Amino acid sequence: MAPALVWLTALMVVPCALVLALAFFRRGIYGGIDYTFTLENFGLVFDPLYAGIFLKSARIAGTATLFAVVIGYAAAYAIAAAPRRWQPIFLFFAVLPFWSNYLIRTYAWIVLLNREGLITQLLRWFGYTGEPPSMLYTEGAVIAGLVYNYLPFVILACYAPLSRLNPELAEASRDLGASAATTFRRVILPLTVPGIAAGAVFVFVLSIGNFVTPALLGGGRFQMIGNLVYDQFLTANDWPFGAALAMALIAITLLVLMAQAMAANRASGRVTEANGGADG
Amino acid sequence: MSEPRTLLAIDQVSKNFGRVTAVDAISLDIRENEFFALLGPSGCGKTTLLRMLAGFETPTDGRILLDGKDIARTPPNKRPVNLMFQSYALFPHMSVRANVSYGLEMERLPAKEIRSRVDAILATTELVAFADRKPEQLSGGQKQRVALARALVKRPRLLLLDEPLGALDKKLRGAMQLELKRLQHEVGITFVIVTHDQEESLVMADRMAVLKDGRLLQCDTPHAVYEHPADRFVADFIGVMNFIPGKASADGVMAANGARIAGKVPAALTSGAPAVASVRPERIRLFPSDETANRTTGMVEALAYQGLDLQLHIRTPLSPKPFLVRVTADAADRRPVASGDQVELGWDAADVRIFAD
Repeated sequence: MAPALVWLTALMVVPCALVLALAFFRRGIYGGIDYTFTLENFGLVFDPLYAGIFLKSARIAGTATLFAVVIGYAAAYAIAAAPRRWQPIFLFFAVLPFWSNYLIRTYAWIVLLNREGLITQLLRWFGYTGEPPSMLYTEGAVIAGLVYNYLPFVILACYAPLSRLNPELAEASRDLGASAATTFRRVILPLTVPGIAAGAVFVFVLSIGNFVTPALLGGGRFQMIGNLVYDQFLTANDWPFGAALAMALIAITLLVLMAQAMAANRASGRVTEANGGADG
Repeated sequence: MSEPRTLLAIDQVSKNFGRVTAVDAISLDIRENEFFALLGPSGCGKTTLLRMLAGFETPTDGRILLDGKDIARTPPNKRPVNLMFQSYALFPHMSVRANVSYGLEMERLPAKEIRSRVDAILATTELVAFADRKPEQLSGGQKQRVALARALVKRPRLLLLDEPLGALDKKLRGAMQLELKRLQHEVGITFVIVTHDQEESLVMADRMAVLKDGRLLQCDTPHAVYEHPADRFVADFIGVMNFIPGKASADGVMAANGARIAGKVPAALTSGAPAVASVRPERIRLFPSDETANRTTGMVEALAYQGLDLQLHIRTPLSPKPFLVRVTADAADRRPVASGDQVELGWDAADVRIFAD
């Protein structure tokens, strides 16, 4: 217990407290920090310009989460339905890209989405002769990059409850007269919601603060909160405002995590029950 | 009494999984309103057969006729057959009431009718007090009753029960056996139960089928199966049997030590072929009269007092294994025996069953 507390204090609490403290000071005239107390930085966060970037980030992260959950759940479902001995192999391949560098994975999408990239070439090969579609440096490209990068989390998070679900529950539902679709909606889905929630929170939290993917796939003009924070610290040299933005981001993240923890707590009872299935 | 109507006809049904034959050309008729048991050791194909009746497996070959209509390829949600799962498979995120209502909601019945039918079945299964509980808040016996109520409320033509008492302890089991039988009479639904417990089938079933390695060995009333087993395996599997190995003769079996065991020899058994004579423990008498056809002497190796009767292990020259003999408490009182005693024992030729070995 004690070593964990020291660890947590040194690596989490102290740095966060320092950043939080920073947010209450003024920016120095030539950069640096003017140590006089102010709440201006937090006021500025709610300025329509910056609040708009928050909203846009939330929208992009939300869309990426939606796609990642739908694709990831379907993939996890297919893996869990495969013969037992194949499942670890499928999981391995699903998670494989994850072990390569994040930047490389994101650059790969530039190769794909480029004006004369692989997708355009593929279209040409099929006889397309028009203007190459502009795919790179769009919001869609950013979302695709986020979905691709965080998909393994969703697959793993959804695979766990799906693979542990007693298959007799689905059979019982069919036996009682339910179609396959109704069985999915009323039995399988409700019992695997905790996995979906865990995966969704992961994607959302990592996406909303992401700055690499928007920078590379969104082009220079494209800004999400992460880029904004990055710019304040490294370009504009406005550390106090950067700190206030970072705190706002942390607050959003904590809220999402708390909501998920509460939902998981409520659902935990039915999950343990669904996993056990038989009494003997 | 008129001939009971056949509800379900299993006609030459086979099921292969790859190169493994789980069910091998089984034919069986199950009658309206009977309590039918499928009995056999694990891996005998009884569960596969049950899953084909429920619709979770499709026969490789053969027909399954329910009321004369072939349902072998009908999906499980389209047949008037319900299965009570061994694991109960209660929906953990639904209350008892929601679990029981589920099947009626699937039939799109009016809410009022669902409510009254669910209320009625909860009353029959004594679950009214638990209607709002979640499955995790129930005991094993209560879960079992919910699983039963959930299947019965649909008023199926046929109710299948997969090892329904397997998860219960022995005492509760005995009570539930009688309870199931009472319920079956009350609701008037045909029950097919799968079990590996021969005692359970003897107690509950009107008729039973004994399966081994995917094949049907015998199908008859418990009494007939117990008294006239079709072969050596059935004789050994159902109840307790004493076996005397030897060779078939015209009017019995010649034991290894030269003793002759009188009994009716099946026509198929030729003289001199390896055969086994068998006799149930309760058919053997201690200190038999001189007219008793089959007699031997033995030494009492062990006694087990069981309240109603006394079980004796008696070493005889007839077989390598000691004989098991059951003596009523009454008889044991009149002429007590003790471990180490030399006793005479005998049984009638009519109580001997002879099988090929």
